[in-house]
Amino acid sequence: METEKIREVLGRPVRKIREINRRYSTPRIKMTRWVKFSLLILRIYLLTIVILLLYKLLTTFRIG
Amino acid sequence: MSIFLAVAGPGIIVMIADNDAGGITTYAVTGAQFQYDLIWFILLLGPVAFVVQDMCVRLGAVTKRGHAEAIFDAFGSFWGWFSLIDLTATDWLTIITEFIGMTAALSIFNIPKVLTVAVVIVVIMAMVLQGRYWTWEKIVLVFCLLNFIYIPAAFIVHPSVSALLNGFIPHLPGFTPNLLFLLMANIGTTIAPWMIFFHQSAVVDKGLKEKHMHYSEVDTGLGALGTVVTATAIIIVTGALLYPNSNIQSAAEAASKLITISPYVGSALAIGLFDAGLLGAIAISLASSWALGEVFGWAHSLNTNVRQAPWFAILRAMILATAGTVVLLLSGSILVVITLFVQVIAVTLLPSAMVFLILLLNSEELVGKYKNKLWQNIAATSIVSLILVLSLLYGVSILFPHLFGG
Repeated sequence: METEKIREVLGRPVRKIREINRRYSTPRIKMTRWVKFSLLILRIYLLTIVILLLYKLLTTFRIG
Repeated sequence: MSIFLAVAGPGIIVMIADNDAGGITTYAVTGAQFQYDLIWFILLLGPVAFVVQDMCVRLGAVTKRGHAEAIFDAFGSFWGWFSLIDLTATDWLTIITEFIGMTAALSIFNIPKVLTVAVVIVVIMAMVLQGRYWTWEKIVLVFCLLNFIYIPAAFIVHPSVSALLNGFIPHLPGFTPNLLFLLMANIGTTIAPWMIFFHQSAVVDKGLKEKHMHYSEVDTGLGALGTVVTATAIIIVTGALLYPNSNIQSAAEAASKLITISPYVGSALAIGLFDAGLLGAIAISLASSWALGEVFGWAHSLNTNVRQAPWFAILRAMILATAGTVVLLLSGSILVVITLFVQVIAVTLLPSAMVFLILLLNSEELVGKYKNKLWQNIAATSIVSLILVLSLLYGVSILFPHLFGG
């Protein structure tokens, strides 16, 4: 009984997230060449920034 | 005039709250390290912030949606979750810096950290108890007025007029990693991701419509002017009294030093720092709760009370309480590093929020005739490009510091 209750409580946010994913599964904006290009540049930029920040974090910890 | 007074509020609040505790620290350090050399750069950031925030107003007034919901709807759940998680994490870290600023400012007057954190949380939560947007807005506008305490202080310190005038002419005092870090921190504090989300949600919550846009432009413009004038005043204060012999790392440290030189100026810096942190905590905690409410479908309006919108209140209380606890538990040196680092993290994440904003404002099916004009696209794209270049330069300066003479 208790296990079911816990499962129910933990399952609620998962169901909510799935519902949100379903609701917004299709982008509403028209995917023109310009939009696709902008999103690609954004992906590359974010990947570069994440790598640089990770590098900084690792070297800081190694020095520290 | 009466319509303007009714419409005004979100623009002034977002711009003045933009000078939050991290911002005051960044300006104080800028003045202490480079005196007036970067004033021209701060002045340039005013119009930049105006262009960005004006786009938020249009998007909010036309779509009647907050920025988080607009991203989910237009770009799908991948970019939606990325933006929401990114916003919530950055906001939470930024609120930590607000508490750092507030506790440090009041510790100058011997007020214990625990008391500051507790009172601030109670005040912020009490402001929305009535469940009326107008009441909340009026209280916040009073806090905004207190932010101008730096302006008389700038006159009291009697800055050198010739050095000050030189600060208005664009120039860079030698290109070093430290200068790049401060340029990035200044951009990060003037245009922050939370501002985009906060402003758009505030416009929606206040119920502003397309017909109010011209008044909102004036509202945002006045706010931008206020933020630039205040930032310049802080740079003048620390530039006049602390340059070049003090290597300060925070606004609170600057206030402590200034109190020994000029009690009024030092106290003004400390009171202003507390007020800035309070404004930041109010606005940033709201930006996150609005965004989460929009996406998860919870009631999320300042026109609702705790019973009508429990998650809206619980989320804000949790964000504030956890951030406050971190400040009480961590040591001072770690907190100073967090303060400056958050500004840089915010600026590296800013391009994504800006790109979405520009793309949304170019979608005719979403905003119709209110889509960006050519000059607005040129201005916005230039801003994003500048931020991208500076962010990457900063990244390179971390990897290869010797390239910048570090």
